[in-house]
Amino acid sequence: MRELSPDHNIKLKENLAGRFPNAGFKVEENRGIVVIEASRSSLIELMKHLKEDAGCSFNVLMDLTAVDYLDKRKSEERFEVVYMLFSSTSLHRVRIKVKAGDGDDVPSLVSIWKGANWPEREVFDFFGIKFSGHPLMERLIMPDEFRGYPLRKDFPLEGQGEDYLIESILIPDKTKI
Amino acid sequence: MGLDSMQGDSFVTTKLSALVGWARQYSLWPFPFATACCGIEYMSVLSSDFDLARFGAERPSFSPRQADLLIVLGTLTYKMAPVLWKVYHSMSEPKWVMSVGACASSGGMFRSYSVLQGIDRIIPVDIYIPGCPPRPEAILDALIKLQQRVKKESIKDPRYRGRADALDEIFSGYESGNLVQK
Repeated sequence: MRELSPDHNIKLKENLAGRFPNAGFKVEENRGIVVIEASRSSLIELMKHLKEDAGCSFNVLMDLTAVDYLDKRKSEERFEVVYMLFSSTSLHRVRIKVKAGDGDDVPSLVSIWKGANWPEREVFDFFGIKFSGHPLMERLIMPDEFRGYPLRKDFPLEGQGEDYLIESILIPDKTKI
Repeated sequence: MGLDSMQGDSFVTTKLSALVGWARQYSLWPFPFATACCGIEYMSVLSSDFDLARFGAERPSFSPRQADLLIVLGTLTYKMAPVLWKVYHSMSEPKWVMSVGACASSGGMFRSYSVLQGIDRIIPVDIYIPGCPPRPEAILDALIKLQQRVKKESIKDPRYRGRADALDEIFSGYESGNLVQK
């Protein structure tokens, strides 16, 4: 069984500092995983480097999701898109976070990982964050005519009354719950 | 009775409704509409330990055209609701509906933006089964109770109990060959 090299995180931080000396990434370590806070404009460049550079080779996009920090971080932007990368050669992982406000576009990663296609649509479906450069920025899971973004923290917990989706087939006297 | 005494044991006289009711009772062809874990429980009802076939519901029909009994097993989302509705209206009369488990009957624990709070909001239901999921015995019990009811029904009873205007809509859809989901 292959082992994780103990100084990998230090090497990764040095690698990033060498490649992006003026980018101003906020790099920290959380439970053995390097967490990089990038800006939306530098995301594509950073991701390409992490995937293709021999010192990084994070070739797998494990997950792509978002968090809504409504009212938790008043001074900052509301959403945070989170990317989890994994290297199948060194077995290390890295996490990248990008902040986005309501209505902001985040660059799509479909040009780098084709597997980013559906996760980005899912994030759009549930949070309403648009990804620029995505080939088909439409809802993935919820019905196309659904109103609102249900995983936003200001979306009502029990829904806002979704009977409009099936209005033509409802039995009239049963419409009130 | 006149005929009986003339023909001996070769004839039985009865009412047509009673005869048809008896035949319908023991030849319910179920259509399992399984969307969640209740469907797994239903597999056990079909297999040899519980064996739904003992009650005449021998053949699970995977075409609504050849089914009499729509068994809805599991959570129904708003996105899936038009599919169930279409399946129900594709079945020919006479037809009955069994709602299995808490989700199908009332939405269950999913009081959320995506789940329909009970299938009786879109189609008429004949019998509800409580449980999450119900035991196979409960499903068998419901089938037997439904059989008692089917037996008593007259062939003159009005069968359609849904929305007549909605029925027109689906038929106009079939005529134009356009079955786009609403």
